[in-house]
Amino acid sequence: MKCYRPVELTKYALSGERLLQMLRKMIQIRRFEEAVERLFLQEGVLIGPSHLYLGQEAVAAGAISALKDDDLITSTYRGHGHAIAKGVPLKLLMAELFGKATGTCKGLGGSMHVAIYPEKGSLYATAIVGSGIPIATGVALAVQQLGKRQVVMTFFGDGATNTGAFHEGINLASVWRLPVIFVCENNLYAMSTRADYAVAAESIASRGQAYRMRSMIADGNDVVAVHLAAKEAIEKARSGEGPTLLECMTYKLHGHGVYDKGDYRPKEEVEAWLKRDPVNGLEANLLKANLAAQADFDRIEKEVAAEVEESVTFAKASPVLPFDELAKYVYAR
Amino acid sequence: MPELTYADALREALREEMLRDPRVVLMGEEIGVFEGVYKVTRGLLKEFGPERVRDTPISEAAIAGAAIGAALGGLKPVAEIMYMDFLPIALDQIATQAAKMHFMSGGKLKVPMVLRTQYSLGRVHGAQHSQFFPSVLFQVPGLKVVLPSTPHDAKGLLKSAIRDENPVVFIESGMLYRTKGPVPDGEYVIPLGQCDVKKTGNDITIVAVSRVVTEALAAAVKLEEQGITADIIDPRTIQPLDLPTILESVKKTGRLIIASDDVKCGGIGSEIAAQVVEEAFDSLDAPILRVASPDMPIPFSPTLEQAYMPNAQKIIEAAKTLIG
Repeated sequence: MKCYRPVELTKYALSGERLLQMLRKMIQIRRFEEAVERLFLQEGVLIGPSHLYLGQEAVAAGAISALKDDDLITSTYRGHGHAIAKGVPLKLLMAELFGKATGTCKGLGGSMHVAIYPEKGSLYATAIVGSGIPIATGVALAVQQLGKRQVVMTFFGDGATNTGAFHEGINLASVWRLPVIFVCENNLYAMSTRADYAVAAESIASRGQAYRMRSMIADGNDVVAVHLAAKEAIEKARSGEGPTLLECMTYKLHGHGVYDKGDYRPKEEVEAWLKRDPVNGLEANLLKANLAAQADFDRIEKEVAAEVEESVTFAKASPVLPFDELAKYVYAR
Repeated sequence: MPELTYADALREALREEMLRDPRVVLMGEEIGVFEGVYKVTRGLLKEFGPERVRDTPISEAAIAGAAIGAALGGLKPVAEIMYMDFLPIALDQIATQAAKMHFMSGGKLKVPMVLRTQYSLGRVHGAQHSQFFPSVLFQVPGLKVVLPSTPHDAKGLLKSAIRDENPVVFIESGMLYRTKGPVPDGEYVIPLGQCDVKKTGNDITIVAVSRVVTEALAAAVKLEEQGITADIIDPRTIQPLDLPTILESVKKTGRLIIASDDVKCGGIGSEIAAQVVEEAFDSLDAPILRVASPDMPIPFSPTLEQAYMPNAQKIIEAAKTLIG
């Protein structure tokens, strides 16, 4: 099994500028999600299910930064991070979380579908575990059949790999050698159910090998490791060499949903992963390699803070879609 | 007018739409090399090649899911689920994914796909290969549901379904594939959401669906011998349902029978009856009757299956009960 582990930053062929772009995405995700958490738990102005991307920032930022702008992704109910990494404006995401007409889905989708923003190639976000996998396979079929040079990247968690849709979907993608990258964010838990209990396999990546699919594992808390793994998979897909299953090992800062503290996780395990925080890790590596200075981080933090604040103001001030307009969204005309 | 079988008419629709629009792609189990278990796709692999006529593994969820994705990606997929009994395996994709996408994306996503399937009640296929439960899909706004009863309708409706911007579940009757009927030469389409009045009369309205339209027409001939004339209405699509045409007839006749192959409880007849009662209670001179399958699984024994199924005689008996 090919593994992408962290190595010295200077050994990568990535400029400080590219790395700072990735860092910016990760900080955008981190601060956005912290604001969302606050709006749920402290202010109480957001309600409903919401699954935060805190702790997994390196996966979305690393993998999506390896795509071209017109490449396509599909996401899930834990999709805020994917949307941000793909370039969806924060204020449209926040407005959707508030259920407002200005949101990505006009307030008809909510947190679990907020990543639906085809304008930026974020094609779909499902709330049913595993169901996006065959759909991404179909998108890749269209891309291939229409002779486009795009690739499709689909995200899902470790829990999804126990669904039939996963097995049917990746098998079909392999049979048809489609240009799709299956990115499994293995955060070790499906809600409270541990992957080492529920996944009867050596690794999730090994499930790809069972379907004759290129499969690899990346350190999901190291943005560069994820980026390089994704880059390889994308290059293969684009050159007609078929799909890849990329398993990224990562960890949620908190629990499954915004209300879940995740206290079923062993304290030592949580602490060990906290030491490997992907945002702090990248900053430390950048400093160590002399590719950025603290002032760069401060500037990004300041800009992102303003952007997040603006998104909340925008969302709060936005109107709700009138109920009598809903009927026109049931069918396309 | 040339006569075609229901299967041939469906094939003509597929072929014409594939010639008309290169984005139309077929996918499903046994549709290519084997040319379909009922030969609806005969010759299409040879004519259009394996990229446009795609055999799939036995993976109903992936067939439906890949069709959805292909539609999102710019193709116009026509996916096939070999038996309606296998459709629940793909129901997450159909009901929870495809049907919701346009709505929950605020109108941004469109899913122009057709999911063809068929039910084989009457072909001695037993409890797991004969089911017909389209009324389940009443609970899924966002889908269109089409049920052709003649070769003419099968062709015109399938062409419309393929051109539609929405996910369409297109339910064929296995018993009808070899039946023949007039199909005009050349291009025509039948809009989704329009009833067809197959026969007109004055005394009773019989709404019949899919295979049972033939039974209703046979019943009407017998009833006429006894001086009872019937409007025979085929909804052709139950989502959307053309209620005004049914109401107009009920206002004329005052009596309504709904005849279909699904089990009676919660079936197509239940919903149409409810809608008619809500809209035209004062026009009714008698209770609404449903002629449907009994509320039990489908028996295998050919004799028992025949006894189980709605037929012309059961429709005649219902009509006599109402007119007496």
